[in-house]
Amino acid sequence: MGAGANGGKSIGGVVLGLEGISLAFGGVRALQNVSFDVREHEIRAIIGPNGAGKSSMLNVINGVYHPQEGTVTFNGVKRRDVNTHEAAAQGIARTFQNIALFKGMSVLDNIMTGRNLRMKSGLLAQAIRIGPAEREELQHREAVEQIIDFLEIQAYRRTPVGRLPYGLQKRVDLARALAMEPKLLLLDEPMAGMNVEEKQDMCRFILDVNDQFGTTIVLIEHDMGVVMDISDRVIVLDYGKKIGDGTPDEVRGNQAVIDAYLGVSH
Amino acid sequence: MLYRENGQFKTTYRQDQQMLPILQDRIFMALLLLFVFGAGPFIFSDYLFLSILIPFLILALAAIGLNLLVGYCGQISLGHGAFMSVGAYAAYNLALRMPQLNFLVVLILAGLIAALVGLLFGIPSLRIRGLYLAVATLAAQFFMDWTFARVKWFTNYAPSGSVSTATIDIFGWTVDTPVRKYLFLLAVVTVFALVAKNLVRGHMGRAWMAMRDMDVAAEVIGIRPVYAKLTAFGVSSFYVGVAGALWGFVYLGSWEPLAFDINLSLNLLFMIIIGGMGSILGSFFGAFFIVALPILLNQAPEWLGIHMSTAMVSNLEAMIFGSLIIFFLIVEPQGLARLWAIGKEKLRLWPFPH
Repeated sequence: MGAGANGGKSIGGVVLGLEGISLAFGGVRALQNVSFDVREHEIRAIIGPNGAGKSSMLNVINGVYHPQEGTVTFNGVKRRDVNTHEAAAQGIARTFQNIALFKGMSVLDNIMTGRNLRMKSGLLAQAIRIGPAEREELQHREAVEQIIDFLEIQAYRRTPVGRLPYGLQKRVDLARALAMEPKLLLLDEPMAGMNVEEKQDMCRFILDVNDQFGTTIVLIEHDMGVVMDISDRVIVLDYGKKIGDGTPDEVRGNQAVIDAYLGVSH
Repeated sequence: MLYRENGQFKTTYRQDQQMLPILQDRIFMALLLLFVFGAGPFIFSDYLFLSILIPFLILALAAIGLNLLVGYCGQISLGHGAFMSVGAYAAYNLALRMPQLNFLVVLILAGLIAALVGLLFGIPSLRIRGLYLAVATLAAQFFMDWTFARVKWFTNYAPSGSVSTATIDIFGWTVDTPVRKYLFLLAVVTVFALVAKNLVRGHMGRAWMAMRDMDVAAEVIGIRPVYAKLTAFGVSSFYVGVAGALWGFVYLGSWEPLAFDINLSLNLLFMIIIGGMGSILGSFFGAFFIVALPILLNQAPEWLGIHMSTAMVSNLEAMIFGSLIIFFLIVEPQGLARLWAIGKEKLRLWPFPH
């Protein structure tokens, strides 16, 4: 599968636009005047050396960090500051670089937590449980079971996530994000620390999510092979600045990118 | 051999999500309830009721309340003794000033008042966590101790500061004998334990646990920390407030402000540590441990035919009690509930090791 030529999927208009984003922590300028856009249904990769500001970028998109300058436009709504709850309500989900699962809970409960925003039954209804609260619970359980099927983790439903091997934990992390039925999915190094087989599985899941659910995906990844294979467009960050943006082929040929990231021959 | 789930196929999610998915567990629970409600009142002695079962039931309720906050939501609190006192004094004043109210209404209102106070003292949890939060909630303890000792209105201007309650009357059924007290408490605790179990199985419980385990990820999923933490404080204080009212009305009958001092808060914390954080069942284990062990240690020398001075016995009691707590923290940090779960797991596989 070549760059930007993903089967029959149609890439739509811009769903996420970032303009002139600048973010600083005291004297450290994590992002400087970065602008880019993400179109509907596309897989957009962010690459760059360590400390380039990739994770900060994701954190700006879903409201964990608040940029000092610039605007984020999601689904036509323009904003500078958003809190994480609003971002989640708008349909932005993410996974984490260092797995951030709820260690004390089972796989099923972890994924069910992804449905929390959609569950409305009140305190008293939940206290009694019989009736509306249970119906709601069952209805969401069904949705979660579909995701469990999709990611092939049926055997681990009742296992506490802490006991799962790393690759599966990453998968549960993805499942929890998918349970939100997001419009935009942010993946922070979904394949870090995996072996080749696990990477292949994860690639397949990402492509399937993109294909079957039509989810727009922004991912950070260090494995160049993976990035060049699965993404439609790539943006390259270095020291908080954007130094490249385009299809994998364009980026591969960009001299600034080669110098900064792929290595300069001396 | 008896404890197997072979052949118990679940064909609906409802069956899969029930509280006790294994048939044997349901039978055991039914028999247990039948025993404690049906047979207990006839075979237990008054001594057993008054010195073990009644305090055990009330403290188990308080421990469930604290466990919802500390074990499930991960917000540590050293002020739960104070919230118990809020419940007790609220119930006292409600019963005193509005004698027409049914005791059950008084109980619920006392719980709600304690929940409000708990919410108030839970606000710092939005900014601070861990030990710092523990210190902030400790302030609740001292503040309440002071309030009920100094503000005379709460104690109805009693010169000694101690208050005493009237006999509880529920629709003409007076809760006066040990057996009736036991039955009344058993009913209340059963209902409250069931409600707590329902809450932690629902989306609210999952929100609490998510806050406990990984708060950033929880926020990113769309769980509001304000909502999750404050509901945990509110529900927890409600439980503890109800327990406080029962402690005052059913167990103590009359009490001084010191009845709800820091020791009570610490004891509640020990109960959930020993019983098991994040487990409703563990709250019962812990409460039983804390209530029954001192009595056992106190009686043991006599049973063994060893003669010791009372001072020696009480010192030994404190030492053994303390060492057991340390022992549990090291050996099984997840408490008696965890041991119970491991035991059940082993039993399911027995006679095979795994």
